[in-house]
Amino acid sequence: MADYRFPVEAGQIMLFARAVGDPNPVYADPEAAKDSDAGAIIAPPTFVQAGAQYDPDYPLRPRPGEPWFGSGRAATGVDARPAGGGGLHAEQHFEYHRPLRAGDVLAVTSRPGKTWEKTGRRGGRMVFVETVIEYRDGAGELVVTARGVSVRPERPVETGEDA
Amino acid sequence: MSGSGLAVGAAREVVLTDDLTRTQMVMYAGVSGDYNPLHTDERYAREAAGYPGVFAHGMLTMGLTARAVTDWVGDGRLLRYGVRFRAQVWPGDRLTARLSVREVRDEDGVPVVDLDVVTVNGDGAEVVTGYATASLA
Repeated sequence: MADYRFPVEAGQIMLFARAVGDPNPVYADPEAAKDSDAGAIIAPPTFVQAGAQYDPDYPLRPRPGEPWFGSGRAATGVDARPAGGGGLHAEQHFEYHRPLRAGDVLAVTSRPGKTWEKTGRRGGRMVFVETVIEYRDGAGELVVTARGVSVRPERPVETGEDA
Repeated sequence: MSGSGLAVGAAREVVLTDDLTRTQMVMYAGVSGDYNPLHTDERYAREAAGYPGVFAHGMLTMGLTARAVTDWVGDGRLLRYGVRFRAQVWPGDRLTARLSVREVRDEDGVPVVDLDVVTVNGDGAEVVTGYATASLA
C-alpha cells in the first residue's frame, strides 16, 4: 500500500455518517456541531477507512480499462482475484489521539505488522496478516492509528472464524 | 443522553437496524471506497466466490456499532475502539449492540471508561465483539 494524502472533507463525513446509519448532527450540521462538545464537525469513529478512496494502489476499486473481478457479462471479469482482494476482515482496532475534524489533511503511512497461521474449526488453514496504518495531521502529529487484521481462508466461509 | 450513567455494571442495548438492506451496503461501499463485489454483487458472490449471496462489510457493522458507543460516551471522546469480526452479517439481519461498562479508571491522570461492546444478529449470535475506551474528562 502506497503512502498517500487524505483530505478530510465535510461532504465525505456526511455521506459516511449516512452510510453507517448515524444521524448525529455533529457529523453533518456545522451550526449544531459548533454547539456540541466537539465544537466543530468531526468524523465518525471508523471514518478513516474511507481514506481508501485516496490510496492510489487500493485493490478493491475498479479502474477504467482494467479487468474487474465483479460481474459484468460473466460472473467475474477475471480468472483469479487480485492480490489483496480475496481476504476477509478478521479484526480492526483504532487508537484516537485527538478527534478527526473536517479540514484536516492527513498523511497516511502503512507498515506490515505480524503474520500468523491458524487451523479453522473445520480444519482449513488460515493465514492472518496485520497492517498498521498511521494518520498524521499537517503538523506531523498522530491523529489516528489503525491496526487491521485480514484472514485468507482456503475456501469460502459461512461464518467468520475466530481471529 | 450522552455521558450519563457510565458507572461499572451499567449496560445499554441499542437496535442498530431492524432489517439490514443491500442499499445500506451499497451506500457503505460507495463512500468507503471498498467496492469488493462480495458486498454488492449477488451474481459474483454466488457464482464466482461461492457464497450464499452478498454479505455486509465487516466495517459497516463496526460503523453501525460505533453509533451506539458515541451516543453513550459523547462526541469526540473515544480513545480506543476495536472489534473482532465473529460471523458474517447478511441482508435482512436485525443487529443489536450490547454495551456494558467494564471499568472506570484513571489513565495518565485522565478519568476514562472501558466498555465491552458486542453486536448480535436476530438469532442472538455475536457478529462483532470488542471494546471501547473513552475519556470522561
